[in-house]
Amino acid sequence: MQAAGEAAPVFATAAPRFDAKWLIIAACVVLTLYLGMVPLAFLLWQSFFTPQSAAKAAVFTFGNYREAYGSADTWLLFGNSLRFATGAAALSFAIGTLLAWMNERTNTPFKGLFFALSVIPLIIPGILFTVAWILLGSPKIGIINLALQRLFDTDAVFINVYSLGGMVWVDGLHYSPVAFLLMTAAFRAMDPALEESAIMSGASVLQVVRRVTLPLAWPAVFATLLILFVRAIESFEVPALLGLPVGLQVFTSAIYQAVHRYPSQIGLAAAYAVTLLAMTSVGVYLQSRLSSSGSKYATMTGKGFRPRTIDLGPWRYLTMAVFLAYFLFIVVLPFMVLLWSSLQKFYAVPSMEALSRLTLDPYRTIIAYPNLLRAVWNSLLLAVASATIIMLVTAVICWIVVKTRLPGRWLLDNFASLPMVFPGIVLGLAIMILYLTIPAGIYGTIWIMLIAYVTRFMPYGLRYNTTSMLQIHKELEESAAMSGASWTTTFWRIILPLLKPGLVAGWIYIVIVSIRELSSSILLYSPGTEVVSIVIWELWENGQYVELSALGVMLILALFVLVLAAQWLGRQFGIREL
Amino acid sequence: MLTVKGLCTEYVGERGQPIRAAQEVAFGVPPGKLFTLLGPSGCGKTTTLRSIAGLERPQLGEIAIGGELVFSSQKNLFVPPNARGLGMVFQSYAIWPHMTVYENAAFPLRVGRRKFSRREIDERVMRVLATVDLAEMAQREATKLSGGQQQRLALARALVMEPRLLLLDEPLSNLDAKLRERMRFELKRLQRELGITTVYVTHDQSEALALSHAIAVMNRGRIEQIGAPREVYERPQNQFVADFVGTTNFLDATVSGADGAAGFYRVRCELGELKAQAHEALRPADKVVLSVRPEDIYLSELRPDGENVWQGTVDQKVFLGESADFQVAIGERRLQSRVHPSLRTRVGEPIYVRIDPEKCVALKP
Ligand SMILES: Nc1ncnc2c1ncn2[C@@H]1O[C@H](COP(=O)(O)OP(=O)(O)O)[C@@H](O)[C@H]1O
Ligand SMILES: [Mg+2]
Repeated sequence: MQAAGEAAPVFATAAPRFDAKWLIIAACVVLTLYLGMVPLAFLLWQSFFTPQSAAKAAVFTFGNYREAYGSADTWLLFGNSLRFATGAAALSFAIGTLLAWMNERTNTPFKGLFFALSVIPLIIPGILFTVAWILLGSPKIGIINLALQRLFDTDAVFINVYSLGGMVWVDGLHYSPVAFLLMTAAFRAMDPALEESAIMSGASVLQVVRRVTLPLAWPAVFATLLILFVRAIESFEVPALLGLPVGLQVFTSAIYQAVHRYPSQIGLAAAYAVTLLAMTSVGVYLQSRLSSSGSKYATMTGKGFRPRTIDLGPWRYLTMAVFLAYFLFIVVLPFMVLLWSSLQKFYAVPSMEALSRLTLDPYRTIIAYPNLLRAVWNSLLLAVASATIIMLVTAVICWIVVKTRLPGRWLLDNFASLPMVFPGIVLGLAIMILYLTIPAGIYGTIWIMLIAYVTRFMPYGLRYNTTSMLQIHKELEESAAMSGASWTTTFWRIILPLLKPGLVAGWIYIVIVSIRELSSSILLYSPGTEVVSIVIWELWENGQYVELSALGVMLILALFVLVLAAQWLGRQFGIREL
Repeated sequence: MLTVKGLCTEYVGERGQPIRAAQEVAFGVPPGKLFTLLGPSGCGKTTTLRSIAGLERPQLGEIAIGGELVFSSQKNLFVPPNARGLGMVFQSYAIWPHMTVYENAAFPLRVGRRKFSRREIDERVMRVLATVDLAEMAQREATKLSGGQQQRLALARALVMEPRLLLLDEPLSNLDAKLRERMRFELKRLQRELGITTVYVTHDQSEALALSHAIAVMNRGRIEQIGAPREVYERPQNQFVADFVGTTNFLDATVSGADGAAGFYRVRCELGELKAQAHEALRPADKVVLSVRPEDIYLSELRPDGENVWQGTVDQKVFLGESADFQVAIGERRLQSRVHPSLRTRVGEPIYVRIDPEKCVALKP
């Protein structure tokens, strides 16, 4: 009673006690707007200027675009990119949908185990997966070719990963788990009662598929395809490693080459980047339109139904074989080939003779590798720092978006999600240009990488936090206000602890993807700021395959342990899936 | 203790249109009293309560607590909720799941502007937990509490600062029927013992009648009537209040003229002429609606003495244990009556109906 009497109300409004609230909110908003907007603006700006040098100032020009679009090569590039992305998206969609259907709607044996294993492929970094498939499918040294050649006693080349088909195969396979997870969600969201009631109304199976299943599944199918397409067109590792050696360029690898040519053609790279950005933007835009209209379907489906499963009879052993083959292609073979190669002094295909020469030398070499320790340290530092910054900043951002009625808050949401449309290499390019132009003194330091990582993964942090934030009843926060807590206290002692499941899950996810990051780092690192994925890249360029494999095996195992720890932590905090 | 004047609170709807959730709400609560806002769901009770709490900023009006203005649209004054020093129990209880029972209750003491020593905090928290009978559970995880215990913890948290005003938003609606009845008594005892001024929000009329010193019946954002429980129940000012507070029979009627004592009139309805009471002056030929509570319709197998008596037949009956509900048909019209279960007249048999003129209230429609 006395306590309340002491708080002089007039004072409280006339001269508000200084509250860190506005400072924190302003800092987070400014940071988000800066990270989301400025690199994009600079990229656009740069694409209209000639290169700046000591002798000549930059002048306005359409030259970059003229050069980019004037040449027939660009149209070839465009065609290659489209064919590659469409092919990879279609392949991963087909694989993912088939697996999801088998897993959700059939009685294939051991499917529960399969679902648990399905995240494993996601932890193999793209560059290692690609290298592994080179060792498996290269025309000269590829193990699969050699085995088939011995079997049929010919010297015909059976498969060749250095081709558009090979690129599509490796990239599509690598990202099929994403399609699997998305389509699993789609199958789960579809209430079988909707199909059953159509059957009860007298529709034939074909009519049910045409009139009920497809119209219901269509938004999910299209959204999944778009996500896969955007992802594939951003892909850097596969086109760089498999396409460049045979002159097959797509936009991402062309940007890399334009920057690394001498003299480097940043304006041309920027013109390519703007084109690529336009393509991803359209994809992301369509997908967000789709998911907002998709919610109208989501409300139609009930919860708590048990999915009807189809009894496949003896065919279920076939579907089990499909599961096994898939797992073989995506995890066992790539990992085994890396393991094999990491135990050789010089790379040799498996044979009895090579078996007798097994050695741990590559591990010794790689551990003594001059840059490795620093690269590991840099990777860890960047991963932990960017994950922490992102999760805390997006917590504030998504509080504003979800919990307040501030006008324009949807804009904030969009800005924070904007980096989603940046392919990694485009983001790297934009940030590189920005800090080459403004003399902030961070070019060539680890800070520029931190900025790139924070920008690139901010949308993921926002998504994790939003899911959690939506579940916090507003009364939990209001009761803290009624208890006399200031905003800062409420945020620190109520919101953040309640947000913990999302915070922790998002933090771990960002740590994992940061450690795998290559396509932004490749344009931003300098001697001294290498990260682990860059070391792998360098080893590849140097032809040190066995050391690369040793490092790869250790990295995969480390990431595997991290994911296991994450899942264990997740159970502690009551997070269902990561 | 609390005065609310001309309060209007609006929300912005989906399409930007204003939703007038509370309009010209005005009432006062004297110190130590329990005041109830009663009305159907969506009528603006929570909005009014949240405006008092400072969780919503009203468009118009004035709110003063203990003589101090905390909101005034005219003076552009708005004291934020964390500076108002009020206690509030939310409908969901809003127990923080990441804290123990003790930590939940201690939170207001830890974060408020006034600082307390460790010993003071411990003392106050244990005292308030003892008041709500949760002292032994102090170290338990808050999520391990049952619904009733959560409700009491929410109450303890609201009381720990000894606020000048306690706000309760449907505190019993999440409990099952048995527990609700018990907590109703507990709450009443606690409020009367502590003498804490309370604003109570509910849509349950029996809760309101049982607990309150005064009730405001709300409808569509406006207060329809304010009065003591008995007053609101027995002398509703309009059809909405009569209908919402308790069950009632409505009969359309026309005034024929005054009848003897002041406030009594003769009216004509479909049952014929009868005598009714009105709380406002009526003139012949006025259209009115008669409201008669089921328990005020007396049934007997023998013709009773007095006015307002008809003969009808039992149309249906429902045995409820401590009472029985009869539907009696008089001509085309059916009346609902609540009687002692000892009345055993069978369906289809004739029965006499009597309405006490004092209990037959004529309302302007
Ligand atoms: N945050 C809000 N935004 C828009 N309309 C609201 C909001 N809260 C309540 N309303 C509307 O205001 C009206 C009154 O709501 P409320 O005060 O919660 O009613 P009660 O508590 O009496 O059930 C309702 O029509 C409700 O839909
Ligand atoms: Mg309410």
